Amino acid sequence: MLSFNSSNIVSKTKTISRRMFLLNSFKAIVLIGIFGRLASLQINEGSKYKSLSDKNRFRETKISPPRGIIEDYFGKEIASNNKIYQLHIVPESTPNINLLFFRLKNIINISEKKIDYLKKQISKKKSWDTIVVSNNLTWEDFSRVNLFLHDLQGAQPVVSVARFYADNSSAHAIGYVSQMSANDLRTKTYLKDLNIEGISIGKTGLESSLDEQMLGEPGYLRYEVNVYGKKIKQVATNLGLKGKTFRTTLDQSIQKVSSDALRDVSGAVCVMDIYNGDIVSMVSSPAFNPNSFVHGVSHKEWNDLNANIDKPMLNKAVSGLYPPGSTIKTLTALSALENDIVSSKLIVKCNGYIDLHGERFHCWKKKGHGVVGMRTAIKKSCDVYFYEVSRRLGIDRLSATAKKFGLGQKVLQNFKEEKAGVVPNTKWKKNKLGKNWYIGETLHSGIGQGYFLTTPLQLSLMTAQIANGGFKIKPRILVDENEKVSNLQKFSEHKNSTPGNVMSTDDQIYNFNLQPLFRNQENINLVKDAMFAATNEIGGTSYRSRLKDKKFMFAGKTGSSQIRKFTAEQRKAEIKQKDITYLERDHAWFVAYAPVQNPQYAISVLVEHGGTGSSAAAPIAKKIIKKIIERHEIRAAQINSKLSKNI
Amino acid sequence: MLYTRSSFHSPFDLREKFFDLDFPLLISILILGIISMFAQYSSSGGQFDYHSKSHAIRFFVFFLFFLAVSLVNIRFWNDYSLLIFILLIILLVAVKFFGVQSQGSRRWINLFVFNLQPSELVKVGIILFLSNYYHKISSSDVNKFRYLFYPLVALLIPFMLVVTQPDLGTAILILMSGIVITWLAGVKWRIFAYLTGLCIVLAPIAISFLKPYQKSRILTFLNPDSDPLGAGYQIIQSKIAIGSGGLFGKGFLNGSQAYLNFLPEKHTDFIFTLYSEEFGFIGSVFMIILYFFITFRITLIGNMTRSIFGKLYCYGFATAFFIYVVVNMSMVLGLLPIVGAPLPILSYGGSSMLAMMFGLGIVMSCNVYKNNAIG
Repeated sequence: MLSFNSSNIVSKTKTISRRMFLLNSFKAIVLIGIFGRLASLQINEGSKYKSLSDKNRFRETKISPPRGIIEDYFGKEIASNNKIYQLHIVPESTPNINLLFFRLKNIINISEKKIDYLKKQISKKKSWDTIVVSNNLTWEDFSRVNLFLHDLQGAQPVVSVARFYADNSSAHAIGYVSQMSANDLRTKTYLKDLNIEGISIGKTGLESSLDEQMLGEPGYLRYEVNVYGKKIKQVATNLGLKGKTFRTTLDQSIQKVSSDALRDVSGAVCVMDIYNGDIVSMVSSPAFNPNSFVHGVSHKEWNDLNANIDKPMLNKAVSGLYPPGSTIKTLTALSALENDIVSSKLIVKCNGYIDLHGERFHCWKKKGHGVVGMRTAIKKSCDVYFYEVSRRLGIDRLSATAKKFGLGQKVLQNFKEEKAGVVPNTKWKKNKLGKNWYIGETLHSGIGQGYFLTTPLQLSLMTAQIANGGFKIKPRILVDENEKVSNLQKFSEHKNSTPGNVMSTDDQIYNFNLQPLFRNQENINLVKDAMFAATNEIGGTSYRSRLKDKKFMFAGKTGSSQIRKFTAEQRKAEIKQKDITYLERDHAWFVAYAPVQNPQYAISVLVEHGGTGSSAAAPIAKKIIKKIIERHEIRAAQINSKLSKNI
Repeated sequence: MLYTRSSFHSPFDLREKFFDLDFPLLISILILGIISMFAQYSSSGGQFDYHSKSHAIRFFVFFLFFLAVSLVNIRFWNDYSLLIFILLIILLVAVKFFGVQSQGSRRWINLFVFNLQPSELVKVGIILFLSNYYHKISSSDVNKFRYLFYPLVALLIPFMLVVTQPDLGTAILILMSGIVITWLAGVKWRIFAYLTGLCIVLAPIAISFLKPYQKSRILTFLNPDSDPLGAGYQIIQSKIAIGSGGLFGKGFLNGSQAYLNFLPEKHTDFIFTLYSEEFGFIGSVFMIILYFFITFRITLIGNMTRSIFGKLYCYGFATAFFIYVVVNMSMVLGLLPIVGAPLPILSYGGSSMLAMMFGLGIVMSCNVYKNNAIG
């Protein structure tokens, strides 16, 4: 029994040990397998899984960077960033959301409709997501919320930053910002990484064209979140990069004067430095309040703006197209002289009309001007004289001169809304309308009616290039700090520092590398002199608006662009512009340069349906010119400091 | 004289017996226990809360229990193994009728002090019973049909009871432990081959009895990325956690995957994932070596033990222990489908801890009484 037992034990032990050895070998293989897997996950693919783990745990909220500032020429902020007061709610930390809204209703002005909307939002979002109750509280409301904060568990008063416009005078030039729309996101590629809750983007004017640079780099708040998406803690903050600040050539105080001068009318003003092309003022009227758009314009305000027949949202200075009227006579005369079609001595007798090929062309003065020369024709704006000049000149030569002086093309690159206008000629008509040009149309074009379409900005450029002696300038509205002083600016400086200089025109052009727009500068001077006469001599069209002080004296040309031709009956009855309905009245123009002694600025004024240039537009120009000359020394000091640095 | 030496109430001095304990094994278990406390502390988000506290208390209590078991004569465990096994089967049946239901399965029995999961104890009980069985029968009888019948029944009864709880993971572990013992005892390869063939034939029928979630787990294992937010979520998140630990780990209490709740079941089945995320490859290798050192020590004790019961038990338990560790780790490493299988000692769970400590206690008892013959 015992021997059996012991042999039994021996044989069993043998089997067990042998099999255990096999099992242990197998275990060793498995062990290697586990180590291998561990090494492959943690060492080989460690970085891959690390990034997957970070993707799990981090959530980033983009925050909008402070928008770049827009300044005027003297560094005053036209579009700035202001503190705003907001009220947020975190539903999670509110014991009773209805009670909170009930209490808020007693503290701040909040409508039932808005509360319903907010409740709907709350039900859609996670309970720890922030809900914006109001993004623009008044200071009074904000301090009241803070005072009762102990009763408003879950409410968070927040101080943030938003666009602010000091006044409405630059509303069109600067434009406005507003909430990004789905369409913006689709059409503007630079917004791809800027889809941030609550970010405002530029919609019109400079705000729109400089948007990309002014937006800056977005910052982010990086949170660690748990598996349910709840924020556990904030791990990193990056405030982003503030957008670029831009200095414009505009003068804020002239902007205000211009917009005051245009207060009761619909129209536009453009003021340009005739040597460096700086746009000193650009105002369109009526204006809108750009601040209304920052936090979303109300339905009523938007409807009112759109219903207004004077189109407050339109920047008339660059997008408003009007026939130039008699202001073009300066170019008609110039073109005829430059092309040697007529001499400055040409004399025409004005009977109040001329007949051509069976059609009658009227002068604005029914009785006629009698015998007029070129200077008088410009001074008194005689239509018959210019019918004769343009008949001889022909439309194609006139159109070439007009284009040379900046009409028919965009002046600036900064406005998406800018229009090019129309300078008609025979080819244009054939292409556009498929018809031949009629001589009668040349006559209409010669006095700035018919197909001609210009913007106030273009006419201020035209006037500036006449006023500076006929040299080409490059208009600009933004100051580029690195830009070199223009040759023309140096020339002007030289002229001012050496009074009575005797340099010939050719020498001037050669020494300062100027771009003349004339063949003979005498022709330019003749036009300038005629403009002087129109304002400062008895019988001139803008004589009543003249400034007598030599320092402020200006020279200008009136104009009116026809909306509708007078009928024979109206002409007979001697109907005045102010007697017909508003929308049928002519647009009033006035272009001028100042001061006469040493021209520095050119101005164009448009008054929609203002009647005549002399009664509606010239008085406005007078007010603005006074201010411009007053401000000239301050502005010149800025330019000179730059000149002394660069020369 | 001889009787006295081998009696249950041995007059041996307790102190003398204490020095017969295998200290490398004892210390390894203690180290593992301490690590487990830190891991549980971390899984509670760095708090000494209910989980971590009760885990620490359990480890302390069951460690004392382990020492008590160690000092009881191995003959006692041999003689009473059948009784213990029958008792456990009765408990398993009781679970069917009086069990506590949780998350769709009925695994626990309320003992008023705590809820006991008898299936965990059966993992040890089956080894105990089969070691005793093969100890008793002659080596020439091992492959006889009559003697094959008992082990088969003893294996199938708990397997069926557990698998219908349902708890596939534990059932498979019970089955594997049993198979290992029968194979070690000398049952021929051929018989296993026949049974395997029979299983393959019956498999389609068995699969039709699987719960839908069990089927989806197997399918998910085959392609975890097919449903990243559903059934594959656990495997993906576990792999992310382990992989992101890198060579040195994220540091104690810095495991973001666990801390931010991306990791499921981090107290129990996925405790190794948490540990591995925080201590990296180096820490994980240390842990695995520690586990295999324990297995190795148990095998050594088995080598030194003279009785067949002791040998079979030690080898069987060493292998079962190895299987528990490997199955759990393979599971969290994405090498095996997710079946509920805790990591010995490290995972939270009283019954699992009790079973492991009991099993290790008997191993230790084999060491203390290694020279005792068993009749």
